[in-house]
Amino acid sequence: MTTRPVKVLVAKPGLDGHDRGAKVVAHALRDAGLEVIYSGLKRTPEEIVAEAVQEDVDVIGLSILSGAHLTLAEKLLERLRAAGAGDVAVVVGGTIPARDAEALEAMGIRRVFPMGTPLPEIVAYFRSVPRGDG
Amino acid sequence: MSDPKQRDVIYLDGIAIKPVYGPGDLAGFDYARDLGQPGEYPFTRGIHPHMYRARRWTMRQYIGFGTPRETNARFKYLMAHGQDALNVAFDLPTQLGLDSDDLRAQGEVGRVGMAVDSLLDMEEAFAGIPADRVSISFTINSMAAVIQAMFLVVAEKQGVAWDRVVTTPQNDILKEFVARGTWVYPVDPSLRLVCDIAEFCARQAPRVNPISICGYHIREAGCTPAQEMAYGLAIAAAYTELLMARGLSVDDFAPRLSFNFTCWGRLFEEVAKFRAGRRLYARMMKERFGATNPRSMMFRSLIGGGGSGFTVQEPENNIVRGAYYALAAALAGAQTMALPTYDEAYTIPSSKAQLIALRTMQICAEEIGIADTVDPLAGAYFVETLTNEMETKIREELVRVERMGGIVEGVKSGAIQAEVARQAYRFEQQLLAGEYPKVAVNRHVAPDAEREASRALELYAFDPRVAEAQVARLQGLRGERDNAVVARTLGRLREAARGSENLMPPILEAVRGYATLGEMAGALREVWGEHKEPLVF
Repeated sequence: MTTRPVKVLVAKPGLDGHDRGAKVVAHALRDAGLEVIYSGLKRTPEEIVAEAVQEDVDVIGLSILSGAHLTLAEKLLERLRAAGAGDVAVVVGGTIPARDAEALEAMGIRRVFPMGTPLPEIVAYFRSVPRGDG
Repeated sequence: MSDPKQRDVIYLDGIAIKPVYGPGDLAGFDYARDLGQPGEYPFTRGIHPHMYRARRWTMRQYIGFGTPRETNARFKYLMAHGQDALNVAFDLPTQLGLDSDDLRAQGEVGRVGMAVDSLLDMEEAFAGIPADRVSISFTINSMAAVIQAMFLVVAEKQGVAWDRVVTTPQNDILKEFVARGTWVYPVDPSLRLVCDIAEFCARQAPRVNPISICGYHIREAGCTPAQEMAYGLAIAAAYTELLMARGLSVDDFAPRLSFNFTCWGRLFEEVAKFRAGRRLYARMMKERFGATNPRSMMFRSLIGGGGSGFTVQEPENNIVRGAYYALAAALAGAQTMALPTYDEAYTIPSSKAQLIALRTMQICAEEIGIADTVDPLAGAYFVETLTNEMETKIREELVRVERMGGIVEGVKSGAIQAEVARQAYRFEQQLLAGEYPKVAVNRHVAPDAEREASRALELYAFDPRVAEAQVARLQGLRGERDNAVVARTLGRLREAARGSENLMPPILEAVRGYATLGEMAGALREVWGEHKEPLVF
């Protein structure tokens, strides 16, 4: 049984440059004692998966505010499975309408945090993510 | 006597607000020195002698989605309802120099603005909109040179001379590195492009407002009101220095500089921010840069409501917030006003939401008498005291920027970005603790059922065929145009980018030959590479 903190990659896929939410969440997770890596803007799904595998993270938090969440999440999950890292949890936050939240969960996104989700709820989820063996 | 039940009121920049202000707060106040008449240095009371009595503010909603054809129809709809100027939104691939058929553009074409791949699209977007009669701003930054060049060619084809064109490309790349993120090239070549546009327009298209300096987006990213103003002033100073280093006189370009700022939050704090900012800017331009034309000293502003003041919870409440923000913008002396729409946190604005925002500004301008006299708050003990205190806070932030080595160094190192992120987190904690009041968020929170019911908004139905149509049109163009001309003009652009000449002429040449935005951006990328973001949070 390991006691290491949950390791998180907060990532901005696609072309959206709004990083306030991603940075606030990253900051809150770090304050809560998690190990947090921030990808920076405009990462492709391939780059995000490579970083997640390299850093051996437990969970990837995607922040998307441009409306391109369905396309980007699908691509990322596909690449993640192809890289043999399908066990890494992936969650999505941003401007996600309710109808799309269902579609995201159906494709394998573990949780969706739409706009307006209270920060403590997000932090509580990340803390509860099971840690891998790595 | 102080009331023991009285609570402390402290604004975002740490200014403590007293329950009562009086003459004692304004000891040493000098009307001529501190305020001056409206339209006179240092312009604290506003940049025009009669302000809205002479000309009410311009109403300029931010619009653009889907294809140029759809956007053109929405432009015409709002103009038919009394909107008098346009503010064009581009999709992210366009803002980042990617063509609609680029792999990285998948899922993003036509989403958050209209897609532009070539001159063909700009011709369609502005069909039937006379280039010499409508003032048009483009929310475009790293691709500002390309979009501005395309519009100049559209004007030419409409038979409109360049000196009749009144456009405002946003063209403020420094704030993109801090917030919003549509940077492409490293900082130095990005600054060169900003200045190439400004220099070219000063000489060839003198009514173009070549840079709209934005505190707005930095505030949206989390900074405080005083920081918003300080960073905006520091950015204005950086561009001014660069342009003067090219041999231009400050009076050659400064009369056409303008500003884009927000006004959400505490009404008087916002009004004081603009009054203090106007006089700081006037003094900076006159004393530091030696401006002699009064127009070079005028802080001309677009004041927008600020989407981050709006809430996801009970979105209809945002209509009310918008009305207060319009009031703040009017009291702050805006030249141009824009409001976010109440549904903006959920969707691309519906035409109904756009119309409500426009009507809000019209009601403010025409029904409530706010435009009847200039700067009605002048002389109020509280407002003048707060204006002085905001000025002090803004100066303190300017000193902090200087300590980072100036705004350009602060952006390169990420020190500014880190400070903005720190403030965003601090604000989030204030919201959570209820220290910053927000109705239906941390005050008067409705039960869940009611809250959910309020989310039944009309959502913009994004049609994937929009992207398909755009890609088909682009591929059609690649087949029809003279590709030898395109190759030649792109080669010429690459060569110019390696040297130091102004890039507007080679970009105009490539635009005329129907080179695509992605091809032009790609040519510059080959020479300059891409910006590497300092990763701070």
